[in-house]
Amino acid sequence: MIKFILGRLSYLIPTFIGITIVAFGFVRILPGDPVLLMAGERGMSPEHYQEMMARLGFDRPIWQQYLDYLWKLLHGDFGNSIVTKQPVLSDFLTLFPATLELAFCAIVIAVVIGVPVGVLAALKRGSWFDQVTMTSALVGYSMPIFWWGLLLIILFSGNLGWTPVSGRMSLLYYFPTPTGFMLIDSLMSGQKGAFASAASHLILPSIVLATIPLAVIARQTRSAMLEVLSEDYVRTARAKGLTPRRVVGVHALRNAMIPVITTIGLQVGVLMAGAILTETIFSWPGIGKWMVDSISRRDYPVVQSGLLLIAGIVMVVNLVVDLLYGLINPRIRHS
Amino acid sequence: MKLKTSLLAASAMMAMLAGGVNAKTLIYCSEGSPEGFDPAPYTAGTTFDAAARTVYSRLVEFAPGTTSIVPGLAESWTISEDGLEYTFKLRAGVKFQTTDYFTPTRDLNADDVIFSFDRQGNADNPFNQYVAGISYEYYTSMGLDTMIKSMEKVDDLTVKFTLNAPNAPFLADLGMDFASIVSKEYADTLMAAGKGADFNNQPVGTGPFVFVAYQKDAVIRYKANPDYFGTKPMVDDLVFAITTDAAVRAQKLKAGECHVMPYPAPADIEALKADPNLTVMEQAGLNVAYLAYNTLQKPFDDPHVRKALNMAIDKQAIIDAVFQGTGIVAKNPIPPTMWSYNDAVKDDAYDPDAAKKMLADAGVSDLHMNIWAMPVQRPYMPNARRTAELMQADLARIGVTAEIVSYEWGEYLKKSTELDRDGAVILGWTGDNGDPDNFMNVLLSCQAAGEGGANRSHWCNEEFSDLLAKAALASDIDERTRLYEQAQVIFKDQAPWLTIDHSTVFMPMSTKVTGYVMNPLGTHAFDTVDIAE
Amino acid sequence: MADTTASKSPAPGTSRQMLAEFWFYFRENRGAVYGLYVFLALVAIALLAPLLAPHDPIIQDRGALLVPPFWQDGGNANYLLGTDAVGRDILSRLIFGARYSLFIGVVVVTIALVGGIVIGVVAGFFGGWIDMVIMRVMDVILAFPSLLLALVLVAVLGPGLTNAMIAIAIVSQPHFARLTRASVLGEKDREYVMAARVAGAGNMRLMFRTILPNCLAPLIVQATLSFSGAILDAAALGFLGMGAQPPTPEWGTMLAEAREFILRAWWVVTFPGLAILITVLAINLMGDGLRDALDPKLKRS
Repeated sequence: MIKFILGRLSYLIPTFIGITIVAFGFVRILPGDPVLLMAGERGMSPEHYQEMMARLGFDRPIWQQYLDYLWKLLHGDFGNSIVTKQPVLSDFLTLFPATLELAFCAIVIAVVIGVPVGVLAALKRGSWFDQVTMTSALVGYSMPIFWWGLLLIILFSGNLGWTPVSGRMSLLYYFPTPTGFMLIDSLMSGQKGAFASAASHLILPSIVLATIPLAVIARQTRSAMLEVLSEDYVRTARAKGLTPRRVVGVHALRNAMIPVITTIGLQVGVLMAGAILTETIFSWPGIGKWMVDSISRRDYPVVQSGLLLIAGIVMVVNLVVDLLYGLINPRIRHS
Repeated sequence: MKLKTSLLAASAMMAMLAGGVNAKTLIYCSEGSPEGFDPAPYTAGTTFDAAARTVYSRLVEFAPGTTSIVPGLAESWTISEDGLEYTFKLRAGVKFQTTDYFTPTRDLNADDVIFSFDRQGNADNPFNQYVAGISYEYYTSMGLDTMIKSMEKVDDLTVKFTLNAPNAPFLADLGMDFASIVSKEYADTLMAAGKGADFNNQPVGTGPFVFVAYQKDAVIRYKANPDYFGTKPMVDDLVFAITTDAAVRAQKLKAGECHVMPYPAPADIEALKADPNLTVMEQAGLNVAYLAYNTLQKPFDDPHVRKALNMAIDKQAIIDAVFQGTGIVAKNPIPPTMWSYNDAVKDDAYDPDAAKKMLADAGVSDLHMNIWAMPVQRPYMPNARRTAELMQADLARIGVTAEIVSYEWGEYLKKSTELDRDGAVILGWTGDNGDPDNFMNVLLSCQAAGEGGANRSHWCNEEFSDLLAKAALASDIDERTRLYEQAQVIFKDQAPWLTIDHSTVFMPMSTKVTGYVMNPLGTHAFDTVDIAE
Repeated sequence: MADTTASKSPAPGTSRQMLAEFWFYFRENRGAVYGLYVFLALVAIALLAPLLAPHDPIIQDRGALLVPPFWQDGGNANYLLGTDAVGRDILSRLIFGARYSLFIGVVVVTIALVGGIVIGVVAGFFGGWIDMVIMRVMDVILAFPSLLLALVLVAVLGPGLTNAMIAIAIVSQPHFARLTRASVLGEKDREYVMAARVAGAGNMRLMFRTILPNCLAPLIVQATLSFSGAILDAAALGFLGMGAQPPTPEWGTMLAEAREFILRAWWVVTFPGLAILITVLAINLMGDGLRDALDPKLKRS
């Protein structure tokens, strides 16, 4: 097992170096630069421009800037935003809980609904329930979520007035946010109604973000169940006269969950991509929106370190899923 | 509905707990995150609203709703006969704000004023680079670095500025956001503690509101400044809810989640006006959008060609389709609300047939040109791409083939200043201080025509530039008005631009909000605002 | 997915039979057949767009800005689905938009498929350090959320349809490379490959003529998925202002332009999104059918 873990870890190092090269390289060949944006419509003389570039250290050879960047990274320094002048890491840490909270709620919705639906659909294969849910799942899977979000806003916030339009919290509440997770902080604040407000702000964005993972998980659970149900041992168990509930509960479900867990793990990348669109639509102060804004502002340090941090998280989650998979399924370890 | 009522009840209770009896909270759905809370290094209106207009005040101020100068931290000033020396008498007993992170031990004095400017213009000031790589764009671009010869503390409450040459707009410059007065004592305290960077995160000023907290990209909170030297704000708490999308802002306003919002999408204005719970204030914006020809490029070096193209474009159609009718066609480079606007100037009438003939007379046939459309929304131009498409269709009607090009915004700004630029560029300007010099000199003078300058038509007309130079030196407003009026006639005759529009600025707000005054310079201030329970 | 090698290299003459068998299984899945019909209809619409569209998609009728669909007050039969902010007919734009979406799908899948196959075959066939390097590069690409990487790539290349397609192709290519490599690894030690090698076939021939045809099934399924994914991603990029630029009647770009009207003119927002949804759904339905028909494992159950 330890050998297996070490083996997987050894893959990470070259990948991580690759990621730093991509993050740094792409960002540096972005056309336009932050100094020009600062000048705006009023323009800037070529001399003043040169002086500004030098002040930000952008006038040195690119490889030198890269080595500097790596060196600083090794010391835990992710650089400072050009726009806000704040350390990128501290900005990331302030915004990440918002994204995490949203992504967590989305994945909870996706799993809590998706897994039972998938199991039931598999058990009642061909029934109307199967057909309706699987068609809906395919619709969900095909959904342009940015449009879906707009429709939900028009309907629920605009026409019906049931949910707040955007943001994380009613602004009438004010309490410290030690964890950065509004659901937890609002409970800890002890203020009446704060938790309800936080939850009502989360509903629409979580639904939008959950749409695709939910569809994927429901479909994957169904096909994993179907596969397991056709396996010999399940047939044997049935033949032995075990009750259907026991067959499904103990044998089939447990085995079907192995690929489903992998699928759930792989949704992390999907969630990050979805967060970019969802956060943009709902003005959700998370890292997806932060990245889009920073790209358009050409805030180099933020874009490169943001890419790095996000890729790092995706990588770690994939590793954990990989290891879990190896743990549940010993066959993988030795192959 | 039930949920909503209980929320309201709970929030009312909260408000009582937080601020004693009847605490009033005003929520403003702002359009973006501030870059920081020190106004000096930044150029964005969003930052100025969040920092300069709330936390800070200046030597002089623009009277609410106008561009005329009134006393601020300086209760009076004298200007020497030769226009070189400005002596400001400071208000006595002005207190810097007391916050969780700083308690002032002395009142505002001349040291603070000198420090506020010296740190921007003097690279040797220890606070010049309190964050590495910081720069003071406005200070440089308004020319204060070359304009100010020296600053002198006459006594604790008297400061004297000496200029290198007389400059009529100087006083107006001091009312601008970058000229906000900061506390030298606070800066020194931070420096000594090695926490200089906090100066940009935790502001201390003399303005109407005290900074409480900023939750990145989400919320900024302020409370009324109990020690404010002016009229105390009517509300107890001020909250900026950062909402970048205009449609979402409008939705939030309708849902009662905020009380005031800036920059509605033109498409939403009708619906907002129709809502009985909302009022929509409007004002002519102090701005202009234009299409600048490259006057160094053939055949656009010929004023007749430029005029012909101007006549081919239906500007009213642009106002209808891009601004949903909420703006006015521009004929001068300055907006009609600005003094010295020359209403006698006659615009080039829309007349495709005459334009076609004029083009043929100028010996131009089969013309191909580029139209540059900027990739971003600006207050003077909500959708440049759409505008360019309309122009393209109009030009096709007189046999001119136009291609629309665009670049990333930074690239666009840079490339558009290049002397050999191919094509006419859509761009615009929002006034900084209400002085005509801030439009015409910055955008059309010979000095600005070089590479990197803001004169995108590269148009250098000696006669026009001389008039501007004379006007800047003169101190008599009647004489200045006359000179600027003359300059506008030359401008129209030479047609370096197609003047497109002056947009109307809208401020939708809840009917509960009273006392809001729209600022022609486009900033948003809430010290005069009250809200009914 | 790894276990799709039930049929060995086909003997000549059986391909018609295989096709018939494929069609038999494909037809079993009713959704897939509907998907196919819708898809064929879309192809027809795209091809015949100039004939079908009642108006030119970029001509502006200055007298008819934001006209609602015909069944609403103020709508008229001249503009069945209404007009947008500059008076362009929405129906015509949607019809021409079908061309762009299908074109995007075809181009992206072609680039990603060809690129991915070449890379995957090379990695799988040669193994060793070549495989190691290639697969680590693929890992790097896959470590970034696809849309984020595409966004940065488009920012680098400059916004526009061509660059958006290139960016999406680059980020979806590793999936093909990985699949191909896995299949090649499974195939390359089989007897028929050995036989071909002994018979003197060169590496090129071995890689692309002998082994590749036997790895096609999973690639076809992945290609269908990528086709719909490409349409969605291109629309998302268009929505973020980084894809096709107006006045191109690309659906995502239409949505981005329409966003400011969500309160005022629901039709400019609703229809382009619906068009995207229907197209993507049809292709995904087909993809399901293809997988069922090509994947012998599911056939059994």
